[in-house]
Amino acid sequence: MKFLETLLNGLSSGSTYAMIALGYTMVYGIAKMLNFAHGDVIMVGGYTLFVTAMTMGMHPLVALLLAVICCAILGVTIEKLAYKPLRGASPLAVLITAIGMSYLLQSMAQMIFGSADRMVRLFDLGKINIGSFRISAYTVVTLSCSAVIMVALSLFVKYTRIGRAMIAVSEDKAAAQLMGINVNFIITITFAIGSALAAFAGFFMVLKSPPVNSTLGAMPGIKAFTAAVIGGIGSIPGAMLGGILMGVVESFAQTSPVIAPFTVAIEFSILIVILLVRPSGILGKKRREKV
Amino acid sequence: MAMLEVKDLQVYYGVICALKGISFEVNEGEIVSLIGANGAGKTTMMQSVVGIIPKKGGSVVFDGKDITKMPCHKIVQLGMTQVPEGRRIFQELSVYENLMMGAYTVRNQQQFKEDLESVFERFPRLAERRNQIAGTLSGGEQQMLAMSRALMIRPKLLMLDEPSMGLAPILVDQVFEIIKELHKQGTTILLVEQNASKALEISDRAYVLETGKITLSGTGAELASSDEVRKAYLGG
Repeated sequence: MKFLETLLNGLSSGSTYAMIALGYTMVYGIAKMLNFAHGDVIMVGGYTLFVTAMTMGMHPLVALLLAVICCAILGVTIEKLAYKPLRGASPLAVLITAIGMSYLLQSMAQMIFGSADRMVRLFDLGKINIGSFRISAYTVVTLSCSAVIMVALSLFVKYTRIGRAMIAVSEDKAAAQLMGINVNFIITITFAIGSALAAFAGFFMVLKSPPVNSTLGAMPGIKAFTAAVIGGIGSIPGAMLGGILMGVVESFAQTSPVIAPFTVAIEFSILIVILLVRPSGILGKKRREKV
Repeated sequence: MAMLEVKDLQVYYGVICALKGISFEVNEGEIVSLIGANGAGKTTMMQSVVGIIPKKGGSVVFDGKDITKMPCHKIVQLGMTQVPEGRRIFQELSVYENLMMGAYTVRNQQQFKEDLESVFERFPRLAERRNQIAGTLSGGEQQMLAMSRALMIRPKLLMLDEPSMGLAPILVDQVFEIIKELHKQGTTILLVEQNASKALEISDRAYVLETGKITLSGTGAELASSDEVRKAYLGG
């Protein structure tokens, strides 16, 4: 029972990581850049929930909707203002810009909301009893919501016109343009989807623990990035797998008082091991070059 | 009237000048080829005309419209497309999905179905392998797929960049046969080739590109019999 509970907890925090990792991996796949400001979009989502649900007293689901919209707009704006002018610049310049954008968002949040935690209490989620088995409602909500979102995203990418265009752009930008695909539009869509997923991740995070501050997204962002690399950056199923793996490892590591302090170290060690054994990640594709 | 009119086209990679102001035209119904050695700027010319890489100077007019500053995806929608060098099919997508990508701008389902049928009729190999992942096709099949994918928008002008590259001789002949056939069906063709003899043989007119400049032009037959071309490109 204890095992099952730990596993379920791991799966639910893992699916939160997966949501964030999807944003990293999709943006990397399409725009070939690491958007290190992605974690901070979660934080903006958290503060949006605070303002809408706590300050303005809106229904939590309305607040969630607004957070999703806000984050999507923010993601698209960041891309237009900061990254688009650097298309074709060296990857290092883009990377540094992304890190700068991350600090900018954190500092702005601190200026507006101060450095003290803001509490976002959306629902009073209790425990669900199934016989002798107790499971927190948070776990059920997170798991089921993220499962639905991930399935929907996979179907979107595989079966819609825009989704297929995303695959085409991620594989070969020039060839995609020759198909008549507007690459800028696809990049915009990708940032919007990735940031919307970050808002959901922020929602799940405040469901689990209410305090929101300016570094809310920093650690989960880095862990999710690690998860995306473990799964194979650029691969959507890879990000899901990497995120889940990360959550499960974290959950099991925390059950033992001896191992618990080393949880984060263990998580990043997995990255090192995976990169040694499979440099392109678990589901990452090795680039075939055919001349 | 020229279908494609390129005037004084200049392209730079950083400070390096890759095209030093080239001018040429392609008239409706022609096969025009550009021949030249490696590094002459053939692919650069192709990519800048279609808007994949930016132009530094000059102008390009297609079908009466100035497309000098137009982004690639809009140019394609006007009816000009390209089979890029190295084929560049989408390796992870199936044959069918590649053709679907080719028809990305085609909103008419009926047209898509018709074109799909005619592709499968022309290339039964592709029909057999419609659900196969394109990256697993042979080089020849990939070239067929790349050409079919480009035809899905029913281009007025089809540009082919080194379509014979890396193919076995029998497949090279087949590729040139297909080009002739497409031309017969009314597609205007701009061909870039290292295989100069083959290209000149089927061309109405041709240009010779040397380190970013056009040095010779004439009908296919004229160039094929010119001493300079024979020495430099046709092996004596």
